[in-house]
Amino acid sequence: MDTPAPYVHWAFVLISVPNLVLIAVMLAMFAVALLAPFPGHGDSGARRRKP
Amino acid sequence: MNAAQDSRAADDQDGGWTGAVRRGVARRLPLTDLLPTHQPSYVRSWTYVFGVIAIAALVWLVVSGSILAAFGPQWWHHSSKGRFVNSLHYWGVQVFFVFMVLHLWAMYWGAAWRDGRALTWMVGTGIFFISIPAAFTGYISQQNFDGQWIAVNAKDALNAAGIGAFFNPLNFGQAYGIHVVLLPVAVVALVALHIVLVRIKGVVRPLGAPPPGTTPSRSP
Repeated sequence: MDTPAPYVHWAFVLISVPNLVLIAVMLAMFAVALLAPFPGHGDSGARRRKP
Repeated sequence: MNAAQDSRAADDQDGGWTGAVRRGVARRLPLTDLLPTHQPSYVRSWTYVFGVIAIAALVWLVVSGSILAAFGPQWWHHSSKGRFVNSLHYWGVQVFFVFMVLHLWAMYWGAAWRDGRALTWMVGTGIFFISIPAAFTGYISQQNFDGQWIAVNAKDALNAAGIGAFFNPLNFGQAYGIHVVLLPVAVVALVALHIVLVRIKGVVRPLGAPPPGTTPSRSP
């Protein structure tokens, strides 16, 4: 915990590995959120208007 | 019509600014819209769960931050309970930002500002931009060498940007006041406004979905 985090240096990109991992996890969560079925029951239907 | 009904009928049309505000609120945000029991099917999406998780994290930040403010830096640095609550506050910030950004990504790619929802979108992005200095002032409110190091570097950055005359990160009292009062109040107020706007306008249709009323109704 008290040691500096390792860094990835690629061309002009300089980012710590923990930050890179966090961004990768967020992108994975975003993809899963779009693809994974949402739990629930039945068709709640478009019962509410408002365009 | 008795006297009470006469009075109520007159009050519906009158009542000064109090009556006007009441009628405006009732017209724009009836209780059925403020606390709906049914939502369109497309609201069943993880992207809205992300927003709710961000709000839950914000509530926890206010609770843990209030405890930290009550007991002070000695407690949060030198007692096991203090370090635990301090960690809860720190990781709550990580959860808040991660899920706020995930929600923001989903709303951006879904063009959530459509159909008169520009203000809802702008308030949401405003929450994001105000949350950033709220987090940074938290880092420099730690009262340790880490906080001092960040404050010294932030001072140079802010001076270079011409902001140093208004905000000095090395002034702990100023940074701490901004962190525990001004910015949290702004974030909480904007989150409340964001939710009310979502209730007023409803959740935006997915891209490509036909407007309500144009889909063929199911036969009985």
